[in-house]
Amino acid sequence: MSNTPNRNRQLRSKLGRVRGLGSSHEGVHHWWAQRMSAMALLPLSLWFIFSLISLTGSDYVAFQSWVSEFGNSVFLVLFLVSMFHHAQLGLQVVIEDYVHSELWKMGLLLIVKYGSVLFAASGIFAVLKISLAG
Amino acid sequence: MVEFSLPKNSKVMRGVEHKAAAGAKRIKRFHIYRFDPDTGENPRLDCFEVDLDACGPMVLDALIKIKSEMDSTLTFRRSCREGVCGSCAFNIDGTNTLACTKPIKSIRGAVKVYPLPHMPVIKDLVPDLSVPYAQYASIEPWLKSDTPAPTSERLQSIEERRELDGMWECILCFCCQTSCPSYWWNGDRYLGPAVLLQAYRWIADTRDEASGERLDNVDDPFRLYRCHTIMNCTNTCPKHLNPGKAIAEIKHLLLKRK
Repeated sequence: MSNTPNRNRQLRSKLGRVRGLGSSHEGVHHWWAQRMSAMALLPLSLWFIFSLISLTGSDYVAFQSWVSEFGNSVFLVLFLVSMFHHAQLGLQVVIEDYVHSELWKMGLLLIVKYGSVLFAASGIFAVLKISLAG
Repeated sequence: MVEFSLPKNSKVMRGVEHKAAAGAKRIKRFHIYRFDPDTGENPRLDCFEVDLDACGPMVLDALIKIKSEMDSTLTFRRSCREGVCGSCAFNIDGTNTLACTKPIKSIRGAVKVYPLPHMPVIKDLVPDLSVPYAQYASIEPWLKSDTPAPTSERLQSIEERRELDGMWECILCFCCQTSCPSYWWNGDRYLGPAVLLQAYRWIADTRDEASGERLDNVDDPFRLYRCHTIMNCTNTCPKHLNPGKAIAEIKHLLLKRK
């Protein structure tokens, strides 16, 4: 346990504390995934907003036939995947920035990660159910 | 959570008023942060009235005048008084900058001088910079080369040398480092803009043969990727350098080698 980083060891040298447990050799992937999902979201969210506006006032049958069109259901699934992926990447950074208690940090990260998978899966299942029911 | 407000024993109290000598015509008020760990008292904000007709043009001139003529207990670091040593970095008029290159004239109203933000204070305007210094040491800021040393200089083309422009000028005053919110919240793990600028200074040096090893060292979600391009670093740099760009270059190289 001598290397547990959160142990209070005031007498350790500053350089020893800065070097800590070393570099974790990751971070590029997270950073790049955040940018890639942002780029995907740009056209996808525009498409989603314009579609919602054009569907304003239509009934369930019209909506169902819109969702069950091949392109629309594919784009809806892509939109859900990239949005929730992007959201959980971003929220993870916010939590790592501001929440310093290990317990809270771990708890909130679990909620964000599991929550986004749950919401994305529910959304995708709903799209499939609506589009395949028609 | 990170601490957004000052702890009780760091709340800044009203301090002492020091009046200018009778007959002074151009009076400028200086509000200066004072803290003495030996007294056990809270920090306070002292006010000094300085006669500008008997004072040099820069904020550092006023600080030196205050120390020699009004209150010799005022403590601050200074050395070269011409912007090359990086000692007299304070938070002046709300921005981190060098007192020796900041003209008093450029400040409207009273001049507020605080130590560099979010660092432990040793006394008055002297912050404890031992962590940033250790972080600087951790990037091993010296030339690493396995090729046997040549008998003359290690050569660079003009273009290769140009890569170092905008980085060698850094005087390590840590104005940028202590202006960065990411460094405030995670300064124990995030290397900060000044140190990352120096890390890139060695990565970009064509005479150095350890670029990969240097990139390995910063390839970390906390050491490097706490930079969220807030750009306070670039805005505040008294030498007009761009640490934000240097950090972006490191991220670019890490992606490139994937």
